[in-house]
Amino acid sequence: MEDVSLFAIAINGIFVKNFLLVQFLGLCSFLGVSKETKSATGMSAAVMFVMIMASTAAFLIYTYLLQPFGLTFLSTISFIIIIAALVQLVEFIIRKYSPPLYRSLGIFLPLITTNCAILGVVILNVRLEYGFIESIFYGFTAALGYTMVMLLMSAIREKTSVLNVPAPVQGIPHAFFITSLLSMAFVNFFGVIRT
Amino acid sequence: MTGTLLIAQSAVIIGGIGFLVGIVLIWASIKFAVETNPLVEDVIEVLPGANCGACGYAGCSDFADKVVSESAPIDGCPVGGFDVAKQIGSKLGQEVIEAESIYPFVRCNGGVHCIDKIDYVGIDDCRAVMMISDGEKGCTYGCIGRGTCVRACPFGAMSMGDDHLPYINKNLCKGCGICVDECPNEILVMSRESESEHVLCRSHDKGKLVKSVCEFGCIGCRICAKNCPEDAITVTDFLAQIDQEKCSHCGLCIENCPQKSIVTTSTTLEAAA
Repeated sequence: MEDVSLFAIAINGIFVKNFLLVQFLGLCSFLGVSKETKSATGMSAAVMFVMIMASTAAFLIYTYLLQPFGLTFLSTISFIIIIAALVQLVEFIIRKYSPPLYRSLGIFLPLITTNCAILGVVILNVRLEYGFIESIFYGFTAALGYTMVMLLMSAIREKTSVLNVPAPVQGIPHAFFITSLLSMAFVNFFGVIRT
Repeated sequence: MTGTLLIAQSAVIIGGIGFLVGIVLIWASIKFAVETNPLVEDVIEVLPGANCGACGYAGCSDFADKVVSESAPIDGCPVGGFDVAKQIGSKLGQEVIEAESIYPFVRCNGGVHCIDKIDYVGIDDCRAVMMISDGEKGCTYGCIGRGTCVRACPFGAMSMGDDHLPYINKNLCKGCGICVDECPNEILVMSRESESEHVLCRSHDKGKLVKSVCEFGCIGCRICAKNCPEDAITVTDFLAQIDQEKCSHCGLCIENCPQKSIVTTSTTLEAAA
């Protein structure tokens, strides 16, 4: 493992290798829920919770269960089990404590299970050989980057919803245009830190 | 030997993870259980489950929720109609009175009888045609005839006739009104079954212009209004309108209309069958 400072991990997770705009992971939830800031915030909080928990659980299982027995080829399937269970757990909690958020997230809440950003984080943790603290921190910063872009996007979409956009471009195509422009802006972060 | 061991180890580890996760989830489902009204489940069972949104709510389960909490009317499901309303009423212990069923009605008799002003080549969809100079037909008010409403109907109750006009099969139509929302030119309108006399035109153009493009368009000649014994017909902006409250179904307007713009629904239904 290279010597990686937490600062470098944070800058990487939030800006340079932003999950949504640079790595293009988790786009379905991004395009689906970013129509209004309220649901975008809720989704981001849920993703943050699941990312941190998944990073923790995946690290423990990978290091203490899969590696000692030489069963690292089972990592993907076991990570998927963990993520699915965590999402189910989050769904229970949100349904109990915030029914309006539960309703506004709708189908996108179970979709966190198949949100590639989360599987991406845990697999990248393994591939980059991050330690326990680094894994959790990478999960946290990746979620921060996700949150930031979600809020940016929802703000832009709320503002531009009143514009007279030509009918064929309304909705998702419009969102893709905004995404591509934001993505081009984020390309400027390449090379900010040495990776 | 090592192969068997590997498989056994894999099975134990994946099984173990699954088992642990299952226990945690069972605990969580009990700890965070949300009480739901059993009546809602009962109502969902009765509903057709089309999730078409014609009731104005997100889907059947949302509608059931609103019915039980009394913010939606019991007969709010147009797809289920009276039967479903009655069943919901019996679940909730309320009396339901049957309302008259409503059907969409095509307010245009143009189709092939209306000339084309441009030769349109492109996507076979009314909305696409509408984007080009208000449609291909000589009459900007009329039916475009590309069948967007037919494709929108979730119950397969509509079909395009040989005269390029949509026809509605009343046996299949549930009165959800989705076709009315989809039509880009507002040709369709929901009408009650007892409203049988209709003006099959919605052109506000002057008579001369209407006559030059359409065989059956209303020219605003007022003959129907003069002949109506009940004063049920008014002509505003070169278009006759029938006041369904006053109409006595005598048929005089239909007989006297020089353009044959006024019909009874019984004849249009025969054409559909």
